[in-house]
Amino acid sequence: METKVTAAPIAKTTLIGQRVKKPDAPDKATGKTRYINDMVLPQMLIGKVLFAGRPHARIIRIDTAAAAKLPGVYAVLTGKDAAGLKFGFVRDNVALKDKVRCEHDEIAAVAAETEEIASRALELIDVEFEDLPGVFTPEAGAATGAPLVQEKFPGNKSLSFEFKHGDLAAAERASDFVVDNVFRPHHVTHCCMGTSCAIADFDHNGKLTIWTQTQYPYNYKMDLAPALGIDPGDIRVIQPPIGGAFGSKLDVYPYEPIAALLAKKTGRPVKVIYTREEEFRASPTRQAAIIHMRTGCSRDGTLTFRSADVLLDNGAYTSWGPTIPVIMMRTTSGHYRVPVVDFKAQAIYTNNPYAGSFRGYGNVQTTYATAQQMDMLADLVDIEPLEFHLKNAQKSGEYTPQQSFLRECALAECLETAAAASDYSRKRKEYAAARELPGRYKKGIGLASSIHNAGGAKIHKSDGIGTMLKVDDFARVTVITGASEIGQGIDAVITLIVAEELGVPLEHVTIVNTDSDIAPWDVGVHASRTTFIAGNGTRRAAKKAKAQILNAAAKMLGEPLETLELRGGSVVRDACGTPLIELERLLRRMHFQTEPELVMVSDYYEPNSEPEGAKHVSDHSAAYSHAVHIAEITVDTLTGEIKVDKVTVAQDVGRVINRMGLEGQIEGGIAIGLGYALSENMRLEQGLLKNPCFRDYKLITAPEMPPLDLHFIESNCAEGPYGAKGISELPTIVIAPAIANALHNATGVRIFNPPLSPEKVARAIFDAKQAGS
Amino acid sequence: MSVETEIRFKLNGREVSLTVPVTMKALAMLRDKLGLTGTKYACGEGECGACTIKVDGKTVNSCLMYAVDCDGRELVTIEGLRTPEGLHPVQQAFVDHGAVQCGFCMPGMIMQADYLVENNPELTREEAQRGLEGNLCRCTGYTKVLDAVEAVVEAKKCCGRC
Repeated sequence: METKVTAAPIAKTTLIGQRVKKPDAPDKATGKTRYINDMVLPQMLIGKVLFAGRPHARIIRIDTAAAAKLPGVYAVLTGKDAAGLKFGFVRDNVALKDKVRCEHDEIAAVAAETEEIASRALELIDVEFEDLPGVFTPEAGAATGAPLVQEKFPGNKSLSFEFKHGDLAAAERASDFVVDNVFRPHHVTHCCMGTSCAIADFDHNGKLTIWTQTQYPYNYKMDLAPALGIDPGDIRVIQPPIGGAFGSKLDVYPYEPIAALLAKKTGRPVKVIYTREEEFRASPTRQAAIIHMRTGCSRDGTLTFRSADVLLDNGAYTSWGPTIPVIMMRTTSGHYRVPVVDFKAQAIYTNNPYAGSFRGYGNVQTTYATAQQMDMLADLVDIEPLEFHLKNAQKSGEYTPQQSFLRECALAECLETAAAASDYSRKRKEYAAARELPGRYKKGIGLASSIHNAGGAKIHKSDGIGTMLKVDDFARVTVITGASEIGQGIDAVITLIVAEELGVPLEHVTIVNTDSDIAPWDVGVHASRTTFIAGNGTRRAAKKAKAQILNAAAKMLGEPLETLELRGGSVVRDACGTPLIELERLLRRMHFQTEPELVMVSDYYEPNSEPEGAKHVSDHSAAYSHAVHIAEITVDTLTGEIKVDKVTVAQDVGRVINRMGLEGQIEGGIAIGLGYALSENMRLEQGLLKNPCFRDYKLITAPEMPPLDLHFIESNCAEGPYGAKGISELPTIVIAPAIANALHNATGVRIFNPPLSPEKVARAIFDAKQAGS
Repeated sequence: MSVETEIRFKLNGREVSLTVPVTMKALAMLRDKLGLTGTKYACGEGECGACTIKVDGKTVNSCLMYAVDCDGRELVTIEGLRTPEGLHPVQQAFVDHGAVQCGFCMPGMIMQADYLVENNPELTREEAQRGLEGNLCRCTGYTKVLDAVEAVVEAKKCCGRC
């Protein structure tokens, strides 16, 4: 066949490591994007939920007659309408309750023409309660004779976990130093800027379409179905753009089946959307816990053991929160080389709001303990702190006691890089020496590190993803992927990978990933897995398409297959870059020739990892990663206020894919971690939230965000796409203990119950002075 | 039903007249009556800035302003920032610098950033941080937002046109 060889050679370039814009950013920046919160459907009704507003009570009587009669009201539902439709991790939850177990228990719901009418209808519902004594801490819940939160769970015992490795008693005897503390990580919540929202609509074949914020659309169908008593196959999940998730949308929450039950009853689409106050009260929390941790080491600074005895505040129902010990124990056993490990955790039902998953998933709480104990031990052992960390840092090829295989381990490099960039060792000594000098403001520097899964986590039977990819007659590529976009930027990563593999412009890639009737299965956005798993899936699908295209080109052009490459929208000779045919012309010829073919491929990628298993001894992630944060702070010893002056970050990212997205994830992750460390706190009194607004629940604002010095360590993960590892949880995990360690460096005090609020810091400094004088 | 009243004002350069309940907030009017959903509800009590719009050249939280108080004024929302040539320079800078993740707070953030750079050609990063204090973002840690604002200030200094 005739080919024109007149165009200039197309040079080989790569997009890997470049800065790629999020494809959805222009529409988001202009207000054009229609978030789920913005959606209105014809005939749509507004659903509103009546919350109990008390932590533990029997419902003696509930009278909805007046509400039902209000003009504009189409349905009023109560506990009897959801009776028996149990859902949740241990089937202990139901969309509408006939007994109150926590403040936000949903006891009735209405669907009305407007939000105003729906609110008015809620006021007309008459409920008589009989209040019951409650339990509001895990200790109280575990006490003998404590009131039962869930009748089917004696002793208020929810999930429990255990892992033991080695002879603890012998390791304790062999230890020269042991630190022993009780940490009390607190309740915080996700504060997605877009409040919770779902729109449900049934068709006349009984099939439910639900527009939802979910970040796990496929297992979501399994989890939602029992709450409605329908077949999961009859659920179509549509995921419009959402205002953040951060783990909060990794389960079914009652407002979603409530929207569906109202839709079923009325035959019309029903939208439930929370106000900010409802969002604070009724959305999941990060798991609060009591962690009794002990870590030992020998005189030469070698770790001898670590033990953790954990009580989790389950709250009234079991969502993902009480499952976090799966990750807590990986950190307990794998954060530095720990030869002997003893971990146990028990979740206890209480009448508090219940915990879901939240970016960092148990590791935020655990690393707050492990990283402070490392700092404490560093002070007890008479060697340079950095040397102490390096001495215990694992190397590539080591296994943790739980058999996490650290194939590429860059912990030492992270430590050395961050320490050198921040002048850590010198400053730490200098600031500690300045503690006792006069002066209101004290400087401190603190180092913390952690380990996290960076190649998914096989806690389900599969950690895989389906990808379909087609290239049309205009060389436009459509990727139909199970991967959800929740703001984190997988859209940019997928676009980049397709453009890299197929040599097409970024703008010529479209992603279809918002409809479960179209896109194939995926586990969901969690476990820092999406770039790793969806990146591999996309790359594999793109390579299949590329093989098909180049085979056709070789045949058509009479060129040897191995000499051809896709570049700059053309098929080129790889060696010299000479373009042989434009890709879109080639595709049209493939399509319209006598033996026609379309380029459409599919792939199912399952990462090379082992199921978690009941014994928790398995290589459950396809990769693991480390990050080191060094925080530099100034403490106002009078007011207790901590100002974070700078954070130096060294993180093993495997390989940078989209540099801009990577930076954004680390910056944003640190902001959430800073809020956890310094100011965010759900003030619960007898199970009632006292600060359900941004005025009293303080997020980090722009002036409080410190400058960041980011260092990306590229360990080149063999299994990861182009060598990349998952990255987005470590930034949230590591920052709080880095600040806590800096506080100690500056003032000599430690606080075991975050946040490090001014009141607590000032009190601790005052108490330390009293004790010293 | 609350009392309704007719108001007239300029919205994104066009005259608008409509009848609104006297208890309605400007945010609800924009979103529910006029279909301008770019302006977001995220707290409803002036704490988060997601509903920031411009009224007579000044930024306000539209969730705190009554719709009737728009009468006779000039409003600009995120939809009105875009120029016929395309994205407004502040919008473009936010896109280029990766300031947009979930993007829900960005309409408000961009309105406030535009106000800041418009009114202070010498805006420093510290001043931008202070000026954006009332705009909460849960995704970005503000770093890329500030990068974008700095870039707009620099670009203005260099050509004086944008």
